[in-house]
Parts: sequence; structure tokens; C-alpha cells
Amino acid sequence: MRIDKDLVAASATPLVLAILAEGESYGYAILKRVRTLSGGELEWTDGMLYPLLHRLRRLGYVTTDWRSSPEGRRRKYYVITEEGRGALADQLRQWSAVTRALNDVWRGSGGMLAAAGEA
Amino acid sequence: MESVETQIAEWRAYVANATGVNGRDVDELEDHLRHQIAELSSVGLSDDEAFLVAVKRMGDLDDLSREFAREHSGRLWKQLVLSGDAEPARAATGWVEALAFAAAAAIVIQIARVTAGFPDEEPTWFERNLGLFVLPFLAGYFARRRQLDLRHWALTAVPFALAALLVNLYPYDADSDTEILVSLALPVALWFVVAYPYMGGTVRFHERRMDFVRFTGEWFIYYVLIALGGGVLMGLTGAILEPAGIDVDRVAEWVLPSGAAGAVIVAAWLVESKQRVVENMAPVLTMLFTPLFAVMLVCSAVVYAVTGPGAAFDRELLSVFDALLVVVLALVLYGMSAREPSTTPQWMDGIQLVAVVGALLLDLMVLGEMIARIGDLGFTPNRTAALGLNLVLLVNLVGAAWLSARFLRRRTTFHRLERWQTTYLPVFALFAAVVVVVFPPLFGFS
Repeated sequence: MRIDKDLVAASATPLVLAILAEGESYGYAILKRVRTLSGGELEWTDGMLYPLLHRLRRLGYVTTDWRSSPEGRRRKYYVITEEGRGALADQLRQWSAVTRALNDVWRGSGGMLAAAGEA
Repeated sequence: MESVETQIAEWRAYVANATGVNGRDVDELEDHLRHQIAELSSVGLSDDEAFLVAVKRMGDLDDLSREFAREHSGRLWKQLVLSGDAEPARAATGWVEALAFAAAAAIVIQIARVTAGFPDEEPTWFERNLGLFVLPFLAGYFARRRQLDLRHWALTAVPFALAALLVNLYPYDADSDTEILVSLALPVALWFVVAYPYMGGTVRFHERRMDFVRFTGEWFIYYVLIALGGGVLMGLTGAILEPAGIDVDRVAEWVLPSGAAGAVIVAAWLVESKQRVVENMAPVLTMLFTPLFAVMLVCSAVVYAVTGPGAAFDRELLSVFDALLVVVLALVLYGMSAREPSTTPQWMDGIQLVAVVGALLLDLMVLGEMIARIGDLGFTPNRTAALGLNLVLLVNLVGAAWLSARFLRRRTTFHRLERWQTTYLPVFALFAAVVVVVFPPLFGFS
């Protein structure tokens, strides 16, 4: 299954914020976590994560910290801020509302669910 | 076969050349790439294969560069016009275009000057319409450069047409104060109209508004440089030709207006294409002058607080103060636009706050004096305009001071501060428009 590009883009911010809410992290690890969480179905172009992270930083949702990695390279860690948590909570409410609405309507139309089951 | 290290180094150099990506970003991307290569190697791929897959996963460099550019438009506001999706940035070498528009402005102002008989006579319509002789060409230049469609061209033209009608149909009295105010406010209002084509036919995006602020600052610097060069040229020409019996003043009458009008467009073109020069110079200038202005503002505020404003504030001094406040605001705004938004508070931000607070104190004193004057002598067009300008500035400065203080104490992000200023920009435009449109009928064209 391929997830639509717009959907991938829309879910990127809450996903990254939620992963950072679990604890500080860096680019590659965030991306790996996204892959694991979605069972590989959310396909991101690796590079695109970084402009997104920079945007979150400009909005004050995350702070950054350059540190040395175990391999001795310099690595940028991202830490979620209070504002970031606020934004995440807000996103959570929005997404819940959307999934609730979709669930309700899909439960009503039994044919759709059967079709999805066959697929 | 190249080692994977050489390949990474080459990739790095290639990415570093992309617009919008700076050295730190490349470090971060390289860390990512190395991670990916290590992981792919550990599942059995050869180094070469791992490198290729990792680079492929990183994505198309053009897309990446564009995303970075969108996010950090401040870094490269230069080449990239961020309109449309895959639209390539236009080559910076549109000098023929720029020259054509500059020549058109130069010719139009010359025709107007000859018709007006300036400088032997100084008909007020000439001064009142000055902005309309030049700025439509600047707007046209940007509309063309941004490849706007017909609808946006029309939307750009409408304010100019309205302004032309309004300014020339109002029946001003002789020696009318409102007419002088109109000739002062119209260029400002029209400058904001130029923002529309500059931003690619939209005014919604705050990042682009900041780009326009940046453009205004750089344009000003280039214009001053051109004016200085032009002054030297005129001076030398005069010194050389005067002995030959040529009346240099007559020559200057012809050259000066056209040169000044053409330079408006040439300076804009320079900002668009040769930014790297100014880019290095402009932040240095703000760095230099923001502290000096901060010291000067605080000293003046203290002096006037001690001596009491009272008699010292006559009409002329009030307008000097207004000019000073506008300059300070421009400096702060420009310093803001030149700043990397994601860094933490630095000493410069502190100094900016000092400057803003100093300006705020002065503005309050001027405002108090002005209200007293209006209380004694009543409203006139000049006093009302000055009062309005001071109120507009006061609100802006209070907001800016409050947000910078919070930013310095790390209670808020720089983004908020930037947002405040970009949200406020239309207020300035609106005020200038009100002076042009509402003031003359309000005061009976007196």
C-alpha cells in the first residue's frame, strides 16, 4: 500500500513531535522510528526530514544541541519544548477528531469495510 | 574504484553548493548519510552499493534545496523567487529589463519636469505626483520579473490608477497643508503597493513580507551609494566643464531628475542580482549603528527627562523626532530581517531592546507634548498626521519592546517577534493611505 503524498506531509509534524515527546533524538534515529512505527508504510525521502526539523525549531517547538556521537562525529540532537508539547496536544485533538469521523462513517457503510478487508 | 570516503567528500561538496543549505546543515545530512551507509553495509551491501542507496534515499537535491530554501528564505531570498513549485529561479542577469524600466522612469519624469518648468517654477502637482512618476515602473519591473499573470498585473495597476485619480481630482486650496502631507505620504503608500508584485502577487506570507523589509533596507543602501557616486560624477563634470563656458546648473537640471528616477529601478535590480555584496555589508552596518543609536536614544531620553521637554519642543524639533523614530524603527526592522531567526538571544538583541526602549520613552514624551499642543491649539492636518504617526509608532514599539524582553528571557521565540513586525506592516501602509485618501476631504482641502 502507498500512502498518499499529502497525507504523509500532513502527518509529518505530529509524528516527529510525538517521537521527540518520547525523548530527545537526532535525524537518523527519528526517521528509523517513523519506519518502525508505520511498519515501513510511511515512505519519507530522508532529506526532507531536515527542513521540517528546522521549521519546528524556528517555531520554537524544539531546541537543538550539537554533541559528539559515539562514533566521534558531531551530531545535532533535537529536544521538544513546552510549546512543542502544546502543539502536539493540539495536533492530537485535530487528528482524533478526523479519525473519529472517518471511523464513524466507515462503520456505517459496511461495504467499504468488506472491500478493505479483501484488499 | 573510489573509496567511499572520497565519494562522501564529493557528495558533501556538491550538497554544500546547493542554495539554502549551509555548512551546519551539510554536517547534519552527512551524519545521516553515514548512518544509512553503515546500516546498509551491516546487512551485506558493499560500500559502493550502500553509498548509492543512501544517496538515493536522501532524495533529489533540487527538491531538498528548495525545501531548505523555503524554510530559510532569509539565507537566499536573493535568487529564489519562491513562487510556484518547480519553477526555476530566474537568472539574475536581467539587466536589459531593468535598464528598460529605468529608462522609462527617467523619460517620464523628464517629460513631467519639462511640463512643470521645474526648477524655475515649482507647481505643486509636480511634487504631489512624484511617486507616481517613478514607482509604477518599479512595480512593473517586479511584476515582469516575477512573471505575474494578467490578473496580478491588473491588481498591481489598480492602486496606482486610483492614487493618480484621487491625488489629481481633489480640489486643494492654495498653499494647502493637506497637499504637502499627500506628497509626503504618497510615495510611502505606493512603496507598499510595490510590495505586492515584489512578493509575487500575494501579501499573505509573513516570510515574504520579511523579504520585502530586507529588500527595502538593501535598496536604500544601494540607492545612497548610487547617489554618492552620482554626486561625485556631477561635481567633477562641473569642475571640468565650467571653465569651458558650459552652464553646469542647466545640465544638472536635466540629468539629476532622470538619474534619480532611473536609480530607483537600478538599485532594485542590484539588490535582486548582486546581493552578495550588500549581504556582507548590511549586517555590519546595522551592527555598527544599532548600538550607536541605542546610546544616542538613551542619552536624549535622559536629557529630556531631566530638563523636561517643555519649551524645547517646537514644531521643527517634533518633526526631527518623528524622523528619528522612523529611522530607529527601520534599523530595528532591518536588523531583524538580517538575523538568523533560529539562534538563541545574543547581545545584539539586548542592544536592540535598549534602542527600542529609548525610542519608546522619546515617543511618549513627544506624544505628551503633541497632545498638549492639540489641546491648546486644536487639530490641524499637520498635527493630526504627526499624532497619528506617533501613535502608530508607539503601538509598534510597545509590542516590540514587550516581545524582545520576553525573547531575551527565553519566554518566547524570535519567530513571535518577527511575526509581530510583519503583522504590523500593513498598519504603516494603511496609515499612509489614510493620509492620502482621507485627510484632504477631512480638513476641507485646506
